[in-house]
Amino acid sequence: MDKGSYVRIRKTLLKSDERSPNLPVETSKVPYKMWVKGILQEEADLFDIVTVKTLTGRFETGRLKEFNPPYKHGYGEFIPEILKLREIIHNDMDGDSNE
Amino acid sequence: MNNNYTEFMNRKNEIMKKSVGLDYDKYEQKGIGFDYELMMDDQGYDIEKIRSIQNDNMVGNTPLIELKNITRYARKYARNGKGARIFLKDEAANLSGSFKARRAALAVNQAKQLGYKGVIAATSGNYGAAVAALAAKAGLKCIIVQESFDSKNISQPEILEKARKCEAYGAEVVQLSVGPELFYTFLQLLDETGYFNASLYSPYGIKGIETLGHEIANEVMKKVGKFPEAVIITNAGGGNLTGTARGLKDAGAEDTKIIAASVNLYGLHMASDIDFNKKSFTTGHTGFGIPFATYPDRSDVPRSAARPLRYMDEYIMVNQGSVFFMTEALAQLEGMERGPAGNTSLAAAFSLAQTMDDTDIIVVQETEYTGAGKHIQPQLSFARKNGVEILFGNPLDEIPGKNIILPKDGSYLKHEEISMNDLRKSYLKRHKDTELTTEDYQFLADELRITCQEVKDLL
Repeated sequence: MDKGSYVRIRKTLLKSDERSPNLPVETSKVPYKMWVKGILQEEADLFDIVTVKTLTGRFETGRLKEFNPPYKHGYGEFIPEILKLREIIHNDMDGDSNE
Repeated sequence: MNNNYTEFMNRKNEIMKKSVGLDYDKYEQKGIGFDYELMMDDQGYDIEKIRSIQNDNMVGNTPLIELKNITRYARKYARNGKGARIFLKDEAANLSGSFKARRAALAVNQAKQLGYKGVIAATSGNYGAAVAALAAKAGLKCIIVQESFDSKNISQPEILEKARKCEAYGAEVVQLSVGPELFYTFLQLLDETGYFNASLYSPYGIKGIETLGHEIANEVMKKVGKFPEAVIITNAGGGNLTGTARGLKDAGAEDTKIIAASVNLYGLHMASDIDFNKKSFTTGHTGFGIPFATYPDRSDVPRSAARPLRYMDEYIMVNQGSVFFMTEALAQLEGMERGPAGNTSLAAAFSLAQTMDDTDIIVVQETEYTGAGKHIQPQLSFARKNGVEILFGNPLDEIPGKNIILPKDGSYLKHEEISMNDLRKSYLKRHKDTELTTEDYQFLADELRITCQEVKDLL
């Protein structure tokens, strides 16, 4: 990946045994991590430890995870229960006259 | 323990003081209390000034709409003479799409005035987008810190959408895995950058919402010739309720009932890596609403300006399925695609209105923008992917994290009450072994909106 690319890195901030006390067991067993995006400061390969310059001009170091990090969220697979909700709502309001 | 972690947590007060530009020591009293009203009044923001800052920033003066179809729907299940008129304040019309812009407008204004180069806020919700938008307009840099993903690197779609929106306004988004150590990262960033802490819980964060209370009081008065009987407020950190209630009272609506509503997420642990993606609401729920009501100073400033028990008359819950149901009803019957989380108070109002007289007015005081990730469709889709069952039935049977029960018809959409005295007792737990002075009792009485004798009885 070229220097100057826009990327996302991942960094472990606290190992599991360094974490805050009084966490639920499942959380205390896993490390505390950060994701941040920025401009790659050197040529690198995926999974290399790299430095990025973030949008506010800070420098962060971590493992290179993504190039041109995508927005993956959307509307998801259709949930047919929503059709039934609509039917219920209109039937409640207008009864059989709606059919 | 990590040395760096301990070091930052120990420097908490020093970092906080520098980053909010406000000396909280000034308001501390001898015992357990502090002068809340002085802290609120001391920052140089009266209602006119707040209104003017917000007007300049395309914030406030949102439409108040009567939901005639939803009122008609609710009345189908009400006895004769019952079924309050439901009004809705369309806060999605604010810059950045939610009432949070009211809070951000003041925080960003304060940061700018004090000469900070940037602002930081810790939030995975709409507040991030609000701070980012207002910072963009003010020419300040902005970092938003989000609790965002679990140990399998899975994020809530709603939170990913908020991150996208913050980035759209030019903000840097720092995304963190599940856990309260977010506060440590937050302190580190404040220390590293010297930016302003645009806390949701500073006096600015609360005073900004007072205009919402004012608008509701004045607009309802203008439309129907009286103040509303009730205003219902989605409750998480308590700021929305506190600011709205203060505004209503300031505008003269002293008798308007202040009702808190949260999504029932009982049984899910907010710091659990497993539960994190089992919930369908990332805000407006009991997991924030109850701890912040019963211990407001758990927030990211020394003394929270959000103190909901000072104003709350009732606290009610609805389940996740009911909020999704009303989100759909709002789109189907009123042509408004909003929420879902912001529709918590709407779902509660639908049920509560049925217990009120048909001449009464109940105002649902917010909506929020909706879009990819942050919408009934992706949120239900995400729940299903995470093994949560989607069923039709009685929503009161819902088990958060296991299933979402959509009401099988409108008659099943019912709210549940949380006992105010249980909340007060929970608040007082921290003081049960403390030797309390007369001033301390008075402070607690003000905090809980009861008499000193009632404080003693509850203790």
